[in-house]
Amino acid sequence: MPGDATRQVKLLYFAWLREKVGHAEEEVELPARVDTIAALVDWLRERGPGYIDAFERPQVVRAAVDKVHVKSSASISAAREIAFFPPVTGG
Amino acid sequence: MAVRVQREAFDVAEETRRLIGARKDVGAIVTFTGRVRGNDDGREIATLTLEHYPGMTEAEMERIEAEALARWPLQASLLVHRVGDLQAGDEIVLVITASLHRQAAFEAAEFLMDYLKTRAPFWKKETTGSGKSAWVEAHDKDDTAADRWK
Repeated sequence: MPGDATRQVKLLYFAWLREKVGHAEEEVELPARVDTIAALVDWLRERGPGYIDAFERPQVVRAAVDKVHVKSSASISAAREIAFFPPVTGG
Repeated sequence: MAVRVQREAFDVAEETRRLIGARKDVGAIVTFTGRVRGNDDGREIATLTLEHYPGMTEAEMERIEAEALARWPLQASLLVHRVGDLQAGDEIVLVITASLHRQAAFEAAEFLMDYLKTRAPFWKKETTGSGKSAWVEAHDKDDTAADRWK
């Protein structure tokens, strides 16, 4: 059944997102319907209190797909590595 | 043309020499050095811990540098950003731009810093003298500074 297809994706978390989620990275099996960053955030928020806390204000969370900045509406259908982090504060 | 992320301190004079050498086609060199402030908005900062996203940080710095090269006639450029634990007074970021005439080097250096601050994946955690630590929040004024180049 194509609807049941899942794919493996590596997720990375940085700064306070890492601290709230409780780990720096993980491999997850994503259902095909989870096809955008926003959908992935919703999916992650069902995984426990650490994720709910980390994504409490999704508008302040930034994301990258395969090491390139993306918006929350971006497709993740072909993504191998997805990172979540706060707005950057280097320099 | 190079970008680097490193834990070690850098030597501005040495980096400039290595980048420019004896080139005769460089008439202007701008160097910007960012340092860790000992006091930020009234908070005493003892240590600043810099985290980055290995792989993406370098790639993003290269994209930022490429954008500067597309906009200004630069003969050479270098971006160095430190990570790890830094103390107040430590040098944290270095930008060098070189051009035939000064305007390109000045403008490109400012552009590079504005884009580094708003796009390159680095995060700062500050620890005060009393041992309290907190993640530094992004400033709207940095986005405003970056927006003027659009």
